[in-house]
Amino acid sequence: MRAVVRVEERVAETPTTVTLRFRYEPDASPGQFVMVWLPDDDELPMSLSYTRGTLKGVTIKAMGETTRRSLGIAPGQRIGIRGPYGNCFDPTPRRILVVAGGSGSAVLAPAVEAARALGGEVTVALGATTAPELLFRERFEAMGARLVLATDDGSAGEKGFVTGPAERLLREGSFDAVWTCGPEVMMRKVVSAAGAVGLPVRCSVERHMKCALGMCDACALGPFHVCVDGPVFTDRQLASAEDFGRFHRDASGRRRPL
Amino acid sequence: MADLSVDLAGLRLRNPFLLASGVWGESGESLAGAHRAGAGGVVTKSIGSVGRPGYPNPTIESYDGWGLLNAMGLPNPGIDEYPQEIAAARAAGATVIGSIFGADPGEFADLARKMAATGVAALELNLSCPHAEGYGTEVGGTPAEVGAIVREVVRAVRLPVIAKITPNTSDPAALAEAAERAGASAVSAINTVRALAIDVRLARPVLAHGLGGLSGRAIKPVGLACVYQIFSRISIPLVGVGGISTAEDALEYLMAGARAVEVGTAVAFEGIGVFGRLASGLSVLLDELGLGSAREAVGLAHRGAGRGAASPA
Ligand SMILES: Cc1cc2nc3c(=O)[nH]c(=O)nc-3n(C[C@H](O)[C@H](O)[C@H](O)COP(=O)(O)OP(=O)(O)OC[C@H]3O[C@@H](n4cnc5c(N)ncnc54)[C@H](O)[C@@H]3O)c2cc1C
Ligand SMILES: Cc1cc2nc3c(=O)[nH]c(=O)nc-3n(C[C@H](O)[C@H](O)[C@H](O)COP(=O)(O)O)c2cc1C
Ligand code: FES
Repeated sequence: MRAVVRVEERVAETPTTVTLRFRYEPDASPGQFVMVWLPDDDELPMSLSYTRGTLKGVTIKAMGETTRRSLGIAPGQRIGIRGPYGNCFDPTPRRILVVAGGSGSAVLAPAVEAARALGGEVTVALGATTAPELLFRERFEAMGARLVLATDDGSAGEKGFVTGPAERLLREGSFDAVWTCGPEVMMRKVVSAAGAVGLPVRCSVERHMKCALGMCDACALGPFHVCVDGPVFTDRQLASAEDFGRFHRDASGRRRPL
Repeated sequence: MADLSVDLAGLRLRNPFLLASGVWGESGESLAGAHRAGAGGVVTKSIGSVGRPGYPNPTIESYDGWGLLNAMGLPNPGIDEYPQEIAAARAAGATVIGSIFGADPGEFADLARKMAATGVAALELNLSCPHAEGYGTEVGGTPAEVGAIVREVVRAVRLPVIAKITPNTSDPAALAEAAERAGASAVSAINTVRALAIDVRLARPVLAHGLGGLSGRAIKPVGLACVYQIFSRISIPLVGVGGISTAEDALEYLMAGARAVEVGTAVAFEGIGVFGRLASGLSVLLDELGLGSAREAVGLAHRGAGRGAASPA
């Protein structure tokens, strides 16, 4: 369905990320996304960072022109929402390693909440360029997840990419499943590190989206359409998508290196 | 078991169900997926001379199963980037029909040559997109324009040429006649019906482009009327398009005069599995009606109907 809703609440999460909360009835599960229409601007795919009840939310990181403008959206403003679309995370594994980078926490936070509600033990390896950009650090802590941080500049946690601590945790720890969302090169590394220790991975993947109905082909990834077959994929599915971690398609459908 | 295979302008198709242009048509793997799902052939996204990102979102408004409004704006990677996609589809065994759009006869002919070189089995000319400025209906809206483009393309390539015409005109059959006179091997009808959606809370059109094209179940009667009228005015084969989601819909088109049909929007509402269901459903339906093949059904609804009966009263 599609509805035009008022922004009820705006939370500045990091210097480049904002959460917008709004009332939207349809049931949703962690992992699913909506198309967010900023009138007179653009309509973009955004994961639901709050899925429970009617007060839903999206958490938008400034990546380009429209997302940068969306930081300026104020409570009371009207936006369009359609969805929710796509599949979700299975919250049942007992011991989960979560690897989040960039805006990846937006989709992973509600998923971790669901896993914790079922009594799952969750370790979150959270990475960002710098400490203030660590998205949902407090929210993960409040859920009782164990946090391991990494920043490019070393201002919090380990210095370097989050794949460093993630690979170490995978070697040392005992987990039943791995979830990841973030830059695709990061996710590719996580998938291969988890594969090396025989753990199944669920990976939330982004592609250019237009229809979100599995029709226009904009989001084609190998044999899949991310909008309906994903956005959450298994490591085994991704093994059949040669482009994962290497190529994406731009708005014209042209294949481009990531 | 009824025989579903059909001949379309020299192409032998295992069944009459083609993937419509613009759906699952940007990537070769998607085209291959439609073939594996049972499509008798696949029509590519309409491809132009250079890449286009298309219009900004929102590009789609969905009406709960009965229709879909779109103004994608002909996004495509450009003909020079497209051969790799066709190669992937052909490697999977798909019969590929290359759709092209241009601004004038010369550009169409040039694209036709390049598309032919990719190894497609036939060409479909998009003379009918209702919302792309400088293309589609704007260059293929009159019989003279259709004739000029088709003539130039037929001269440029040896492949069967299918002219896809618009319903957004008072006499679509006149466009089909012009295509036939200019040497087209077949005509496909219809493209989407010009349409609009407005959001009352925002007091503005929903689609970024404003006007769009309606597809899906809502337009089936419109497409049927076009095919029915065109059938009695041309002798080349017809491909019926518009709102097909069940075997019975498809049989209506065959009986109206279509030799084959294209399926687009049903993929959004029912998934790609719709092709398998359509083929098995048509086979059962033909058996039930005592028809031995899909070919036998073509034009049946015209039996006893004189020329007068083919036009609206
Ligand atoms: C399923 C899914 C869930 C997402 N969830 C989130 C989220 O929770 N939080 C978040 O901050 N971001 C999320 N994104 C990414 C977000 O959609 C893009 O960052 C955003 O579209 C960029 O828009 P822009 O106009 O600012 O960027 P542009 O300046 O247009 O481009 C910047 C980058 O964004 C990509 N992009 C542009 N338009 C689209 C589009 N229509 N679809 C997909 N990518 C596009 C481009 O490929 C480019 O790499 C998600 C993407 C997908 C596919
Ligand atoms: C999202 C979308 C994109 C389309 N793109 C094209 C296109 O590029 N070229 C074209 O000739 N027709 C295009 N069409 C029109 C379809 O091929 C078809 O003629 C129309 O949708 C009616 O069939 P349907 O009701 O089965 O969808 C598009 C339709 C849709 C819904
Ligand atoms: S966004 Fe159109 S097919 Fe996925």
